[in-house]
Amino acid sequence: MAVVREITFAEALNEALDYEMSKDPKVVVMGEDVGRYGGIFGVTKGLIEKYGEERVRDTPIAESGFIGTGVGAAASGLLRPVVELMFIDFLGVAYDQIYNQAAKMRYMFGGKAKIPVVIRTVSGAGASAAAQHSQSLHALFIHVPGLKVVYPSTPYDAKGLLISSIEDDDPVIFIEHKMLYGIKGPVPEEPYSIPLGEADVKKEGKDVTVVATALMVHRALEVANKLEEEGISVEVIDPRSLVPLDEETILNSIKKTGRLVVVDEAYPRCSFATDIAALAVNKAFDSLKAPVKLVTAPATPVPFSPALEKEWMPSTEKIEKTIRDVL
Amino acid sequence: MEEIPKEKLLWMYETMVKIREHEERVAELFAQGKIPGFVHLYIGEEAVATGVMAHLRKEDFITSTHRGHGHFIAKGGNIKASMAELFGKATGICKGKGGSMHIADLDVGELGANGIVGGGIPHAVGAALGIKLNGLDNVAVAFFGDGASNQQNFHEAINLAAIWKLPVVFVCENNLYQISLPYSRQQVIKSVAERAAAYGIPGVSVDGQDVFAVYEVAKEAIERARKGEGPTLIEAKTYRFRGQFEGDPQVYRSKEEVEWWKQNKDPIVLFERTVLEKGLLSKDELDEVREKVKKEIEEAIKFAEESPWPKPEEVLEDVFSTPTKGELVWQW
Repeated sequence: MAVVREITFAEALNEALDYEMSKDPKVVVMGEDVGRYGGIFGVTKGLIEKYGEERVRDTPIAESGFIGTGVGAAASGLLRPVVELMFIDFLGVAYDQIYNQAAKMRYMFGGKAKIPVVIRTVSGAGASAAAQHSQSLHALFIHVPGLKVVYPSTPYDAKGLLISSIEDDDPVIFIEHKMLYGIKGPVPEEPYSIPLGEADVKKEGKDVTVVATALMVHRALEVANKLEEEGISVEVIDPRSLVPLDEETILNSIKKTGRLVVVDEAYPRCSFATDIAALAVNKAFDSLKAPVKLVTAPATPVPFSPALEKEWMPSTEKIEKTIRDVL
Repeated sequence: MEEIPKEKLLWMYETMVKIREHEERVAELFAQGKIPGFVHLYIGEEAVATGVMAHLRKEDFITSTHRGHGHFIAKGGNIKASMAELFGKATGICKGKGGSMHIADLDVGELGANGIVGGGIPHAVGAALGIKLNGLDNVAVAFFGDGASNQQNFHEAINLAAIWKLPVVFVCENNLYQISLPYSRQQVIKSVAERAAAYGIPGVSVDGQDVFAVYEVAKEAIERARKGEGPTLIEAKTYRFRGQFEGDPQVYRSKEEVEWWKQNKDPIVLFERTVLEKGLLSKDELDEVREKVKKEIEEAIKFAEESPWPKPEEVLEDVFSTPTKGELVWQW
């Protein structure tokens, strides 16, 4: 009989790491403050006590160096590193090791290399962390062939997807929204995996399809529940992995509802949202009864003041208004 | 100088000559338009790869650079397959997807040439971390140039290797030019090896044209690494006899300077002189090696020329290892 508890998103991730480390001695965790400190959001708490300093490695602030080390260790076939990039915003100092090295090695080497490295990182606004600690930069990873990109919204998904990501032989960018770490949800005690490339229909509906990621899934659901009282039936789809993308679930939903709203907490251009819009227009044009609408952040850096940041983020009000616009 | 077994001397000569012959033929084939893309040749620097690789086993790892043919050959990479790769053929070691700047042979621990200056240095540190955590006595060697020693990856990777005491050796091939910029205008220190002090590891500078000198220095560094005593930074002062890339007009250095190096510091000539003078190898033995190498390179070229092109559908293959549901290789 499966034991299911209510635990936080951070605890769910911790269980996934714990399970993988207990199962496979090749799995190591590296990053800034992942050891005694337990990670600045507590995700790696307790691992160093259990698995020791050799396998849970605190690093200097040298993201390119330690991510590159993770990539090399993976390419050597000797380890399966899980490397933590403390904030996705720090990507700039380490991007080469991700997009030119990890992502391309297998292809450049004619399919001979396996690069089983997971890069866990933290994204998202909502904490007044301002322009260099709040961005949602998943599009920069989706854009580059060779990376798998995972962006879960619930504790249950987080645990199952992190287990799949660590067991995957390709580089996986595993993105965690900082405002989700504290949310609780039902999570089975025993390990389980959720395959990459399977979207989850978080709420079924028939009038309009909303595709949303991470924190935005929760806002979309809040709106969907509210509109349900008015008899408006909103289907909320969480792709969960952005690469690979479960096109089928998204397209089938659009074919059913004829309407699409994409909610993406990111800059508006060349984004995940525009990508899904293009997918709908390209592959479900005949089903569309209304223009595809996008709810995203504006093309500005993320502001600091709570008053400004609230305006910057896609709000439930904006999501609701946009859904009403397409009905 | 310690006595080097004759078998090893022959290997060193064969390796240097093989690299030279390979690179001279590649230059011709490139000029004929048979090899596409960018080509950076290792001519003049043969003693560095050879002197270091003389101490490596198949299970040891190396990371290389955009000037990587020499490292590949010295590590024992498959030359037929690499030649086919330079041509862009289906039988290439990377199936025609990598080319000169991405030659790799994971079967012999060659973790890849790299098109990004300094990009491969952390990978050697990663392999060394894997070696350490798996309790092996192998080593990893990172090759890179003087230009790369100004990159963040050089500093970050060496620091990591130092604090974690990893079995890795950093080999800077200081060929005195970062494309066009002379070494003296990139850094004020006399030797890249001085930078080792900043990371609390041994640093040593060596004449990279003298394979015996490189051999000695590399031996000590690699033994230290194998014994778990941590990393070493080696600077091998060397010189590329050809341009930064084939087609480089070389406006930044004089013909006289290049000639001087060719006349006085050719690593193969220096080797021949030493072994003949000391009676370690005979002229016949050297000639025999040259003949053998010539044949091997010609066979590789023939193989490459006769090999088929990759099929168009192969464009979409080899992006990912683990299959999944959903769209992985997106196409509109």
